[in-house]
Amino acid sequence: MTNKKVKVATVSLAGCFGCHMSFLDLDERLVELVEHVQFDRSPLTDIEHCSPDCDIGLIEGGVCNSENVHVLREFRKNCKTLVAVGACAINGGLPAMRNHISLEDCLNEAYRDGIGVENAQIPSDVELPLLLDKVHPIHEVVKIDYFLPGCPPSADVFWKFLTDLLAGHEPSLPYELVHFD
Amino acid sequence: MQNFIKNLAQENDFQATRLLKILRGVQTKYLHIPKDAIEQLAELLNIPRTQIQNVVEFYSFFHLQPRGQYDILISSSITDLMVGQEELVNYFAEKLGLKIGEVRADGVVSLNNTSCTGMCDQSLAGLVNGYAITKLTKSRIDEIVENVNKQLPLEQWSRDLFDVQDNIIKSDLLLNQKPTQGEAINATFARGLMETLNEVEKSGLRGRGGAGYTTAWKWKFCHEENAIQRYIVCNADEGEPGTFKDRVLLNSYADSVFEGMTVAAAIIGATQGFIYLRGEYLHLYEKLEGILQARRNANLLGKNILQHGFDFDIEICLGAGAYICGEESALIESLEGKAGIPRNRPPYPVVSGYLNKPTSVNNVETFLAAANIAIHGGEWFANLGTAKSKGTKILSISGDCAKAGIYEYPFGTTIQTILNDCGASDVLGVQVGGPSGTFIANDEFERKIAFEDLATGGSFIVFNNSRNILDIVHNFSHFFAHESCGFCTPCRVGTSLLKKQVDKIVEGHGSAGDIVALEELCQLIKNYSHCGLGQTAANPVLTTLERYPELYQSMLKKISYEPGFDLDKSLETARRMAHRDDAHAHLAQVED
Repeated sequence: MTNKKVKVATVSLAGCFGCHMSFLDLDERLVELVEHVQFDRSPLTDIEHCSPDCDIGLIEGGVCNSENVHVLREFRKNCKTLVAVGACAINGGLPAMRNHISLEDCLNEAYRDGIGVENAQIPSDVELPLLLDKVHPIHEVVKIDYFLPGCPPSADVFWKFLTDLLAGHEPSLPYELVHFD
Repeated sequence: MQNFIKNLAQENDFQATRLLKILRGVQTKYLHIPKDAIEQLAELLNIPRTQIQNVVEFYSFFHLQPRGQYDILISSSITDLMVGQEELVNYFAEKLGLKIGEVRADGVVSLNNTSCTGMCDQSLAGLVNGYAITKLTKSRIDEIVENVNKQLPLEQWSRDLFDVQDNIIKSDLLLNQKPTQGEAINATFARGLMETLNEVEKSGLRGRGGAGYTTAWKWKFCHEENAIQRYIVCNADEGEPGTFKDRVLLNSYADSVFEGMTVAAAIIGATQGFIYLRGEYLHLYEKLEGILQARRNANLLGKNILQHGFDFDIEICLGAGAYICGEESALIESLEGKAGIPRNRPPYPVVSGYLNKPTSVNNVETFLAAANIAIHGGEWFANLGTAKSKGTKILSISGDCAKAGIYEYPFGTTIQTILNDCGASDVLGVQVGGPSGTFIANDEFERKIAFEDLATGGSFIVFNNSRNILDIVHNFSHFFAHESCGFCTPCRVGTSLLKKQVDKIVEGHGSAGDIVALEELCQLIKNYSHCGLGQTAANPVLTTLERYPELYQSMLKKISYEPGFDLDKSLETARRMAHRDDAHAHLAQVED
């Protein structure tokens, strides 16, 4: 591993932060990790935008709205290697269950016709991102270099993947790390 | 309904193997398979309800929701698209007052697309309540719409609409022979059964469905299996787009085909045979039943055939719209009344086939050849062809040529010779062997029809220079995604991903990495799929990518990546509902 620290940025799009929580399960290995890694834009640092020289971008969650598209593009632009982390980033996951229902029905149920809705109206403000009619896996919007399977991927998966990358060889996940049966 | 279904089940001896036939009866009467019918049949046939549900959902011609009284299907094979299928179907839908895929509100009529119906030499083709209609034009469509709106019974429609031509244009060794009426059976017994098997081996006859397994070996292995019962099956599930020769053989040479089956049965020791006829050839069903009956009356079938002390009979089983059932083990599953999902092999059907008994499944054309070899001997056949491919091959030629139809050639004939004969000019390329075969470009026309060069089950589609290769690939990749049986993931998911990836490139959303991704996907589907369908589903892409890489590259935009769907359009609903049209309410397809 080289002396210069590797810049890692992370984000959760249409995800539940479960992948980030699993990342934190690295526990004491985090101490070793930060000897080689510097966190850039991430919920862990509160840095708002990516530096232009990020090495690795970890993306949790799929793409469900226009803001997700902008954030994803920012990551693609600034990270040399972009990684889809977990089921939602790879397949759309749980949020994509709405893909079987029209967006119109979803919005009406949530904001107009649902039980207990007061002052029923569809939210409308330039500050609010608009929803895409379907939730997409992130590789359908930008080019993705690696995919880490799991819901969430275990801390061991993160560790193996990152240490492989830091050591400068092609990451490979042994079967024991990615089988769920 | 209860009585109807009970009677139907009784007519079929309450046999679960006859499930397809029973469901066909229910579908015809009630225009769908009602839930109650499934419950009742489960009880009567003593099989799980889910097994019936599975079969209903598997086959294209069974429906859980009612279709129209006139259920119209239009073939969407590439040869149909070449005569303007899309425009004509839209015209049809507009005239009928419905959307494609839907049933009209009054329940009278429904319209949908379907896979190739085996009428590529008389496109545009389709099916009305299962019966083939051909050469559809706007005026013929008008006539059908009028019939439908008048609710005229099908029997009173003009016969001309249902006219199916043989179009035999070039005959050789086999097509020049007269249909046999016992000659092959008598010759077989006169020579001796094993001696006749030797003649079949000497003839070098290989399976005509496309795979080309040596017929004599198949029969020999089947014969050598230790079993009380064995079966002969004729594979007439001619589903490969662009193939229609078996339809013609069954229309005009059925006696010889049945006699080939009888000879094979005598050799392997089978007393029961089946002909698995694709559902699209329903129009042949009654005619074939008639021929079988005539053969029974002439003692060419039944007990003690022609006093040779040998019993054999043939039953016709109709398919229900599933390409995969052309694969022999899927066909056997279907014969057993199940969904047509290919079995693990080995054991091969010659060891464990229909009802786990030794079964020889052969193509229609193979039986035709076998009957004639039984009469004329192996040498007669082996004199023609090449070292590894003996005899002749019957081709179904369609597409951009003056004379589409049936052509019989000795193996070893060059593509150029065939193109000259069928009147094809300004040729871009030829799809040999259907979508699962090979696309050859116009600098390869000296190649030959033969197992060692261009193997084919008989499909031969000609494209001239006005055609776009990517349109062809587009059509074929949609075909495979639709016909994947869903059993194994590489094929089920892979063919859908392949379809999406091809769509992305064809629709102009492709970018640099997309061709690499396409190729990787093709290799995955090809190498990991369970059966021949998946293993060949990527062929249209692979064979054209190899020959026209620059064409694929030219479809790519010069950017690193572009989404495969229209980003801004997918915000449309949200924009409308939020009454917004500001700058933040839009997305650029590509980042600036």
